[in-house]
Amino acid sequence: MTQRILSLHFDNTDSHLLATYEREGGYRIFRKALQMQPEAVVEEVKKSGLRGRGGAGFPAGVKWGFIPKDTKRPIYLCINADESEPGTFKDRYIMERDPHMLLEGILITCWAIKSSDCYIYIRGEYESTRKVLQAAVDEAYEAGYLGADVTGSGWRCDVTIHKGAGAYICGEETGLLESLEGKKGYPRIKPPFPAVVGLFQCPTIINNVETIASVPWILEHGGDAYAAIGVGKSTGTKLFCMSGHIQRPGVYEAPLGIPFREMLHDYAGGMRRADRPLKAVIPGGSSVPVLTAAEAMEAKLDYESLAELGTMLGSAGVIVIEEGTCMVWALATLTRFYADESCGQCTPCREGTGWVNDIIWRIEKGGATADEFAMVQNLTDNMTGTTICPLADACVMPVKSFLKKFGHEFEEHLQHGGCPQTQPVG
Amino acid sequence: MSDSTSTRAGLSDAALAELEKLGKRYPTREALLLPALWMVQQEHGWISQESMLYLAELLDVSPVRVYGVVSFYHMFHDRPPGRYNIQVCHTLSCSLRGAEAILSRLQERLGIGHHEVTADGRFMVTRVECLGACEHAPVCQINEDFEFDLTPEKLEAKLEQLP
Repeated sequence: MTQRILSLHFDNTDSHLLATYEREGGYRIFRKALQMQPEAVVEEVKKSGLRGRGGAGFPAGVKWGFIPKDTKRPIYLCINADESEPGTFKDRYIMERDPHMLLEGILITCWAIKSSDCYIYIRGEYESTRKVLQAAVDEAYEAGYLGADVTGSGWRCDVTIHKGAGAYICGEETGLLESLEGKKGYPRIKPPFPAVVGLFQCPTIINNVETIASVPWILEHGGDAYAAIGVGKSTGTKLFCMSGHIQRPGVYEAPLGIPFREMLHDYAGGMRRADRPLKAVIPGGSSVPVLTAAEAMEAKLDYESLAELGTMLGSAGVIVIEEGTCMVWALATLTRFYADESCGQCTPCREGTGWVNDIIWRIEKGGATADEFAMVQNLTDNMTGTTICPLADACVMPVKSFLKKFGHEFEEHLQHGGCPQTQPVG
Repeated sequence: MSDSTSTRAGLSDAALAELEKLGKRYPTREALLLPALWMVQQEHGWISQESMLYLAELLDVSPVRVYGVVSFYHMFHDRPPGRYNIQVCHTLSCSLRGAEAILSRLQERLGIGHHEVTADGRFMVTRVECLGACEHAPVCQINEDFEFDLTPEKLEAKLEQLP
C-alpha cells in the first residue's frame, strides 16, 4: 500500500493556497489540539515514535520533553529549513507544495511546547521557496491562524521566516541559532542543549520541516496509527530524495523500511541506462558511508537496518551511482564540499577537510604519492570526535567508506599517476 | 549619518520601516543583521564597507562583527557581482549528471574563472555547493532563479535570452 501522509497534496492544483488547504480540512486538527492539554499533545507525538527527519533521527516528542518544566523564560520553536545536505531536497517540496501543512504543524507544536514564537530558518538559496512560504504565512495571519489572538482563543503565536545566506553549517542546530542571532554560524559546545539554553539564551526546540509537517497527521489519526506504519523504531513514512543515475529523480514518500530495490525500481524507474548497472549508493545524504551495489540491493531504508549495514538513513537523500563512475572522482567532489563548508572554528576540521580534499584531488588528477595516500588515514583518525560539531565526522564517513569499499580504484590511480578514465562522467 | 552616505550605502526609508517592523519579532537588535544585510544587498547589489559601517551603527554592533558576518556567508557580496550571477552546482548529484561539462563550456565561452566578472560587468560565474534541487541535476541559479535539467546548449540558449 502506498501510504501518503506528507505528499498527499503535492500534485494538487493550488496546493499552496490557504483556500485549498481549508477545503481539504486544513487547520481542523489544530483546533482540536487547542482543546487538548499541551502535555497530552506531547504524549501523542511520543507515542507515534516520530523521529527527527533532518538526519539525526532523535525522537521528536522526547526532545520536546527536555524543556525545563519551571522555566520563566520564553520558549522558542525553530524550524530547520536550511536543507543543505547534498542529495536532499524534500523540505523544498513541503514548503512549496503544502506550506499550510507545515504551518499547522508549527501551531500544534507551539501549543504543545508552550511557545508563542517560531522562527523558520530557510536557506538563502531557496528564495523562490521562501516567497511561497511567506505568502502562506501572510495568509495565515490574515485568516487569524497566526497573530495575537489565534482563532479567537486569546493565545498568541507568531511565525517569522529568517533567511540564511549560504552556509551548510547553519543546518547544524546550534550553528542555526547563532545565525539567527545575527552572528557567524559557529556551532556551540553542548551541553547545555538548546532545549535548556538555546536561542537568545532561552529554551528552544529545533526541528526539521518534515518532522513538524508530520505532526498534524499524528494528531488526527493518533500516535498509535502512525507507529503502526514503518518498521520497529522507524515509524511512519519518509520522503526519499532520489538523485543520480536513475530514470526518474524526485521525491517519493514511502513507509520506513521499504527495500532500496523497490525504491529504485518501482519509484525511481530503475537505472537510467540499461548498459550501466548499479555500482554504489549513498543512502542518507553525502555525509553517510557509501554502500556497494550488492549491499544496497539487500538494504532496507530505515534507521536500524541501515545502521546494521554500517551506514545511516540521515536525511534520506539517496544518491545512486552507476558502473563506469570513477569513485575517486566521486569522493573528490564530496571532500571539496566539506572543505568549502567547514566553518573554520575547530582546527581538526578546518585543516583536515582541506588536506584530505587536496590529497584526494591529487590522487584523481595525478601527483599524489603513496605516503600522502597513507596520510589520509592518519588525518581522518584525527578528525573523528575532536570537534565541536559533526561536520568533520561527516567528511570522514564518506572518505573512510570509499577507501574501504573502493580502495582498489585509489591504488590504480596511484599506480597510473591519475585517473585511468579519459572521459569525464556525466 | 549624513544624507549622502545613507543614499549611497544605507537603506531606503521603506526598507528601514520594514526593518523596524521586523525588529518587533526579535528581542535583540543584532538578530536583525542578516535581514538588514539582505536589504542592503537588495538595494545596492552588494555590501560595501560604508554599508557595513552604516549597519553597525544602525544595529549597535561593532563594525568588525558586521564584516565577519558578511565574509562568513557565501551569498553576501563584498564587491559588486556581475549583473547575472550564474551559480553552477558542482556537488555530487549534479556532477554525476554533467555539471563539469556545463562549467567548462560556460567558463570557456565567457572567458572567466570562478567568482570572476566579465569585463562588461554582465556575467559572474560561481561554482557553488549543493543547491537542494538534485532531482533536476545538473542545476544552476541565475541570480535567484533556478535553471533545471541543464545541458551546455540549454544554458547557452538561456544566456542569449537574458535582457
